[in-house]
Amino acid sequence: MADTTMHALSGPTGPKPKKRLSRGNIIVYGTLLMFSMYYLLPLYVMIVTSLKGMPEIRLGNVFSPPLEVTYEPWVKAWSEACTGINCDGLSRGFWNSVQILVPSVILSIAIASVNGYALSHWKFKGSETFFTILIIGAFIPYQTMLYPIVIMLREGGDFLTWILNEPLEWVGLEGPGRVRIMGSLTGLVLVHTVFGMPILTLLFRNYFTSIPEELFKAARIDGAGFWRIFFQIMLPMALPIFVVAIILQVTGIWNDFLFGVIYTKPETYPMTVQLNNIVNSVQGIKEYNVNMAATLLTGLVPLIIYFASGKLFVRGIAAGAVKG
Amino acid sequence: MTMVTEQPGSGHGAKRPNRIFQNSMAKIASIPMILTALFVFVGGTAWTVLHSFTSSRLLPKLDFVGLAQYERLWGENNDRWWISITNLGVYGLCSMILTLVIGFTLAAMLDRKIRGESVFRTIFLYPFALSFVVTGLAWQWILNPQFGVESVVRSWGWESFNFDPLNNPDIVIFGILIAGIWQGTGLIMCIMLAGLRGIDEDIWKAARVDGIGTVKTYVKIIIPMMRPVFVTSLVLIASGIIKLYDLVVAQTNGGPGISSEVPAKYVINYMFQAQNLGQGFAASTMMLVSVIIILIPWAYLEFGGKKNG
Repeated sequence: MADTTMHALSGPTGPKPKKRLSRGNIIVYGTLLMFSMYYLLPLYVMIVTSLKGMPEIRLGNVFSPPLEVTYEPWVKAWSEACTGINCDGLSRGFWNSVQILVPSVILSIAIASVNGYALSHWKFKGSETFFTILIIGAFIPYQTMLYPIVIMLREGGDFLTWILNEPLEWVGLEGPGRVRIMGSLTGLVLVHTVFGMPILTLLFRNYFTSIPEELFKAARIDGAGFWRIFFQIMLPMALPIFVVAIILQVTGIWNDFLFGVIYTKPETYPMTVQLNNIVNSVQGIKEYNVNMAATLLTGLVPLIIYFASGKLFVRGIAAGAVKG
Repeated sequence: MTMVTEQPGSGHGAKRPNRIFQNSMAKIASIPMILTALFVFVGGTAWTVLHSFTSSRLLPKLDFVGLAQYERLWGENNDRWWISITNLGVYGLCSMILTLVIGFTLAAMLDRKIRGESVFRTIFLYPFALSFVVTGLAWQWILNPQFGVESVVRSWGWESFNFDPLNNPDIVIFGILIAGIWQGTGLIMCIMLAGLRGIDEDIWKAARVDGIGTVKTYVKIIIPMMRPVFVTSLVLIASGIIKLYDLVVAQTNGGPGISSEVPAKYVINYMFQAQNLGQGFAASTMMLVSVIIILIPWAYLEFGGKKNG
């Protein structure tokens, strides 16, 4: 022990002793490898199970690699697995999720970026108060807001119905009929926009605040207004933070279960809800290989984003976690 | 600017519209934020709290019954709620301790200039990218008594090995805990790692000169220095614990029986399935209260202390 200390003090290489096989190193690498196994185990088990046939699953255990690789479970999970009476597989949930995801991500980021911009360079009386409420709101359990939102979406739909139909009927034309927001994809998009707002606004506000005030003032003197400064100066500078926001939102919205199950109907269920219904369905024989293929399919989108985005993903969650 | 020096009385009427229209674009652009803050966050929460004092069943109505919903909620024979909060307590305590310990240990190990740091970090964090539903279903399968861990260990020759948490009401919450830890520690590890990276190298040098061992340096010097990081982590873990819902639905759906129920699930069940809104509102108000109890000390530590000096 004394030797190592002496060595470290005399050596110029670095602050810590670098001995390949010291006892400390063995403990460190051993522990890390052990934890790696714990973290990798479920992914491994899912992949292995999804590639086996049912007879093999019944004989073997969850950890054994497939003797005979089959892709049938994947095909079945994608296009044939049943939820209730519908047997068109997870593909429906996948496309529902895509239809929810794209407008939700665009709308939430558009609104939050403008919010963050207004809060950083265009503060007005009360803007900080609203921002504080927004941030506190991020901590309120969703359960306390679920039902009021149901009512808001329902009333909003009725109001739209009235405003779209009444004037037309008045002049003798037929209106578009009843408009529903509750239970529709639009409703869910609005919910995602609302609940994504605190964290995204914080993200953008912190970023825009870090842009030098002089730049903003120079643009003001040149006569640029709110939107012009936003689109021509702020947006081009903020591209990295937009990527972070997109990563944050895509994974968050794709993984959502609670809002999907409450604010949509069975035909428009997102992938996570449909997955749960397929796997936890009590009818029929349990096909574990199809279930695991379906689970992996649902996890694939966030996993691809995670592995592709690397450090940006970490930056996104760090921005969400540590207040700026 | 010269207007300001004028007499306060005379300029009053003329100046007001000026101030409202000043910066008007920013105000218009902030309308979605203002609506969300006021109507959804404040309004929605107040609405729910208000209606928790009513006898609303299928539809919300303002038919006040005082604390009747709360009396029923905390009633001695409301097993479902008692089980829910006991589960949340056990899960919460274990999850906090384990997540902090594992998260810090992994971060400290990754911080020791090891090889393959980014590979390890990628492995530890990937579960966090997944949906709780995916996590729950994966662990449901691994813990399956017929084919999973139990049968595998038995096939190795340990015939009496018993580990079937998902079908044993006494330990089912630990089955969920295994999955929850799996998903959540990566995030805390990342935050801890960022905290560790922010600590000055000189501290390590000084500790080494003084002959303080590595573990002792961590316990006595590094961890106390990282107090804010630990507090942030705790708040994050705690707010995640209260939200615990998807994982339970996917992994056990509250079963066997009602032995793995949690408050968030209790609320949803009463609001959207049992059609007993008042009871759901009362339970969700209790969730809100517990969040406030966690947040106020934190907000005081974080913001109150700074203001006072």
